[in-house]
Amino acid sequence: MDVQILTFIIVGASFLLYIGIAIWARAGSTNEFYVAGGGVHPIANGMATAADWMSAASFISMAGLISFMGYDGAVYLLGWTGGYVLLALCLAPYLRKFGKFTVPDFIGDRYYSQTARTVAVLCAIFVCFTYVAGQMRGVGVVFSRFLEVDIVSGVVIGMAIVFFYTVLGGMKGITYTQVAQYCVLIFAYLVPTIFISIIVTGHFLPQTGFGATLADGSGVYMLDKLDGLSLELGFNEYTSGTKSMIDVFCITAALMVGTAGLPHVIVRFFTVPKVRDARYSAGWALAFIAILYTTAPSLASFGRVNMIETINGTDQMGTNYSDAPSWITNWEKTGLITWDDKNNDGKMFYSGDERNEMNVDRDIMVMANPEIANLPAWVIALVAAGGVAAALSTSAGLLLVISTSVSHDLLKRNLMPNITDRKELFYARLAAGVAICIAGYFGINPPGFVAQVVAFAFGLAASSFFPAIIMGIFMKRMNDKGAIAGMLAGITFTTVYIIYFKFVNPAANIPENWLFDISPEGIGTIGMLVNFAVALVVMKFTGESPEEIQQLVEDIRYPKGAGEASAH
Amino acid sequence: MAFKTEEDKKAYWRDNLSLMLKLLIVWFVVSFGCGILFVDVLNEVRFFGFKLGFWFAQQGAIYVFVALIFVYVRQMNILDKRYGVDEE
Repeated sequence: MDVQILTFIIVGASFLLYIGIAIWARAGSTNEFYVAGGGVHPIANGMATAADWMSAASFISMAGLISFMGYDGAVYLLGWTGGYVLLALCLAPYLRKFGKFTVPDFIGDRYYSQTARTVAVLCAIFVCFTYVAGQMRGVGVVFSRFLEVDIVSGVVIGMAIVFFYTVLGGMKGITYTQVAQYCVLIFAYLVPTIFISIIVTGHFLPQTGFGATLADGSGVYMLDKLDGLSLELGFNEYTSGTKSMIDVFCITAALMVGTAGLPHVIVRFFTVPKVRDARYSAGWALAFIAILYTTAPSLASFGRVNMIETINGTDQMGTNYSDAPSWITNWEKTGLITWDDKNNDGKMFYSGDERNEMNVDRDIMVMANPEIANLPAWVIALVAAGGVAAALSTSAGLLLVISTSVSHDLLKRNLMPNITDRKELFYARLAAGVAICIAGYFGINPPGFVAQVVAFAFGLAASSFFPAIIMGIFMKRMNDKGAIAGMLAGITFTTVYIIYFKFVNPAANIPENWLFDISPEGIGTIGMLVNFAVALVVMKFTGESPEEIQQLVEDIRYPKGAGEASAH
Repeated sequence: MAFKTEEDKKAYWRDNLSLMLKLLIVWFVVSFGCGILFVDVLNEVRFFGFKLGFWFAQQGAIYVFVALIFVYVRQMNILDKRYGVDEE
């Protein structure tokens, strides 16, 4: 059977599965819609969190990025996993004990202030929209390449599926669909990588194949070969980076802290029954995430060796274009690979210097890898299903946060405190529907700045939510004015820095102009420090938080007596 | 109140913080330490086909992260029981 029919069958079957689960897990109350009734098993919640967290960017783009960045790719690997340690140790158990639905709920109640709540709501909505636009785009890309429908139809199909199970099932539907999506995406990621690992190094586990010798009997370590090839072709050595150490440090820290402060991740820990489960859940989530995150760097390096050898030939003399494998011509059609025969010898050549004739987009590494390694058609179809699963699961989680922020934080807790549970549920569904349409619009007409604003989302989460929540738990005397001033200072500092270098004056975005050599991607770390510093100073001058708030904070510090998450 | 005495409450929180800080130190050392700040020194050491610093940055630290969370969960469950603040 050809690849396209197989792709239709496998992607179609996965969609039927998601829809079936959605019908089985309909939500009947706001409690079920917002936090799945608080009754999800920690292992299931861990899987759902992992699928929620691993987006189209993790599945499709990350290995490709690492493959082009070498050592520097560690910022993503460490940044997007290390944040879970902070979550598990410093946030999740206490927020679960607090027992509300959303992050703005915590900020608003802990700092006894509608202003704080509103600042938090606006940040949450902005962060989520930034993210979700990129996901819809990911769905479109997968569809257009593998099903050969245009991007618009691809996005519309994706929207329809997400609409169906988010609006119907709320958090309950999403959680169980995400469990299924995790299984699909991890299987789709591991199968081709295991195949490639066996081909390149003879090792079954990509994690050990990464540090093994090549299977060609030469006795050379794979990474040594890659370092050698990279130097020969005018690239940097694969295992050492090009970014400055302080920049790597700050980007990693901003991504870690940002991860721990992202509302769609935090809200997952409200769905389990107990504080103990919230702790376990974070552990399971990271374990499930680590399976993909330790595989990705192996895939990145295997893919790079394979790609260089396919384009340049094993003798590094270039390959005749007329002999090019079909994946090169397939991806040329999408514009993601281009070949410009500068020396008119009819041969392709890829390098980091003036000999280079190829332009290879980073995003294709994962998608093209099975084709590069000549794997069977069903593996290629599986990768398509995995990419769609990753994009859909993350979109759904984000859309839910947007809808909760609108119906719960904005309407129920702010503008219309007297609405009934049924009415609130209706508004939650309406908000989810509207949010999906807006996300779909951005998926079809992507603003040029999607890639840039992702750094923004993390920077914002790192410089606003994270410090406010940490101080809310660990410093019971922190008051409303300190927290608000801190959040505003952190956000303003981070926003101004990013907007200046990314939008106002992109030409100046070079290390010489950066503050302490820190790129806009890493500035959230400094924004976080600004937030802490301002909050502490303001608190010194405005007195401690009231007695009943200090009591509240002491109560969230031990597990006993955690009830269901509730509105009051 | 969940605790028998005010001292118990303070002691529980102190033990909790000290466990958290110890684990966070390990977290910092394996990721920011071995993977970033001392990566060049560690890269002089070979670990199978890896340079050790590179291995920490792209593999090792992640395994340690997972282990840290499960150690935390185990220790906290013991702590909760000892002070009688666990959930039934």
